Amino acid sequence: MADDRLKAAVAAGVLASEEANRQLLQATVEVARGIFSARASSVFLYDETTDELVFEAVAGEGSETLIGQRIPSSTGIAGWVLVTRQPIVLEDVTQDPRWGGHEIAERSGYIPRGLMAVPLLHGEDPVGVLNVLDRPQEARFSLEEMELLGLFANQAAISLDLLRRARRAKAVLEDGDTDAVALARLAARLEALEDPRRKAGVELLNALELLFR
Amino acid sequence: MSDPAPGRVLPAWSLPAGSAESLELPTAWPGRVTREWAWGDSTGKGVRVCILDSGVERGHPLVGELEGAVAVEVGEDDEVTVVEDAEGDLCGHGTACAGIVRSIAPDCTLFSVRVLGAGFTGSGTALLGGLRWAVEQGFQVINMSLSTTKSQFAGMLHEVADAAYFRRTVLVASAHNMPVESYPWRFSSVISVGSHEEPDPLTYFYNPNPPVEFFARGVDVEVAWLGGARARSTGNSFATPHMSGICALVLGQHPELTPFQLKSTLYLTASNVEGAGG
Repeated sequence: MADDRLKAAVAAGVLASEEANRQLLQATVEVARGIFSARASSVFLYDETTDELVFEAVAGEGSETLIGQRIPSSTGIAGWVLVTRQPIVLEDVTQDPRWGGHEIAERSGYIPRGLMAVPLLHGEDPVGVLNVLDRPQEARFSLEEMELLGLFANQAAISLDLLRRARRAKAVLEDGDTDAVALARLAARLEALEDPRRKAGVELLNALELLFR
Repeated sequence: MSDPAPGRVLPAWSLPAGSAESLELPTAWPGRVTREWAWGDSTGKGVRVCILDSGVERGHPLVGELEGAVAVEVGEDDEVTVVEDAEGDLCGHGTACAGIVRSIAPDCTLFSVRVLGAGFTGSGTALLGGLRWAVEQGFQVINMSLSTTKSQFAGMLHEVADAAYFRRTVLVASAHNMPVESYPWRFSSVISVGSHEEPDPLTYFYNPNPPVEFFARGVDVEVAWLGGARARSTGNSFATPHMSGICALVLGQHPELTPFQLKSTLYLTASNVEGAGG
């Protein structure tokens, strides 16, 4: 019982952290949409295990259908941005069926006329891509806005990285075979013991700690 | 040391007494280098430009014909193979770059080397393999609107960039406009390019505060896009093909220039250098 309680307590922390980080990321795309007066904004997470990009957060158009959808990591504009680490701004794209090559158009039926896409970098590794779709057409893009987008991308990259870490922690907890879970179980059993056995257990652990130092 | 016999091949790293004549330059360098001297009415004819990118859409009205197109594939064990490219452009970006080069140097030859499509995990290997292949082919200009942040590739990219420099292949590479370490644009053997906001495609500035050496048009540029379409675009990756196009113009006029001489010519004809004459 105590074992389950401890796991539940840790899990509650991890789950809460995942949920809070997901909300942070959602707030990030909402703000991105707001500061650029755009119709939509979204974040792709790069999934290393499958080498794919996953829609992780969407604000505005397409928000209901896109979350969780996946595309190969090196196709489309998001793929180019991920691979090259270069931000890109496109506007007034001629309406053409093949512009459907854009990921959001393909998945949601919403065809943007323009977008800004910027890599989200954590150290030397890209963790994803931030998209801002359909700014007002009359506003000419400037290098100042490009810098703002870059600054904003730093913040979004941190949100995405936190979410990634929370998910890894959760995965560790769910995988009963890892060392961390074995330690959690040991701690739970110790917690459940009565003195003097509990006291002896703590002394044993302290001795082990000295031994491993 | 005796005087060398006429026609004798000398080691490149020393110059024996009395042999300075052997270093005569094929072109007389003028007292004042102007744009008129640098490219005059050149159209880039005879210059082979390689677009190392996402592929290029053949026959796009703003691109025209290609000399050829290959794709770089990465197998297991990171083995690189270069095959005929049947897919064209996977994103639109390579087509945009090709169109910009074409708009400046209408008669140059364009060749596409696609390094996108190997997945993210294979992307650094594909970039390095594609660049190595392009240098071996002897293109005069290689447009690289891309870079990698993976430090494990820095050393190898540096070697390829230096090899290109000594083989008279000019690498024109996009600088990052985000504060990250990336390659190969930081190497001094390449021509690195950032953006300015002026609308003239032939306006470019020399930057005395490297690592970015030149600023070219990179804001609100009309470009070719997938399916014969057009778009307006912004980013250093669109400034870079402007410099590649200008390099093609200069090399069309003076094919014998080394990358060092070409870079010097670009400096002397930059819009912020007094006496640029244009």
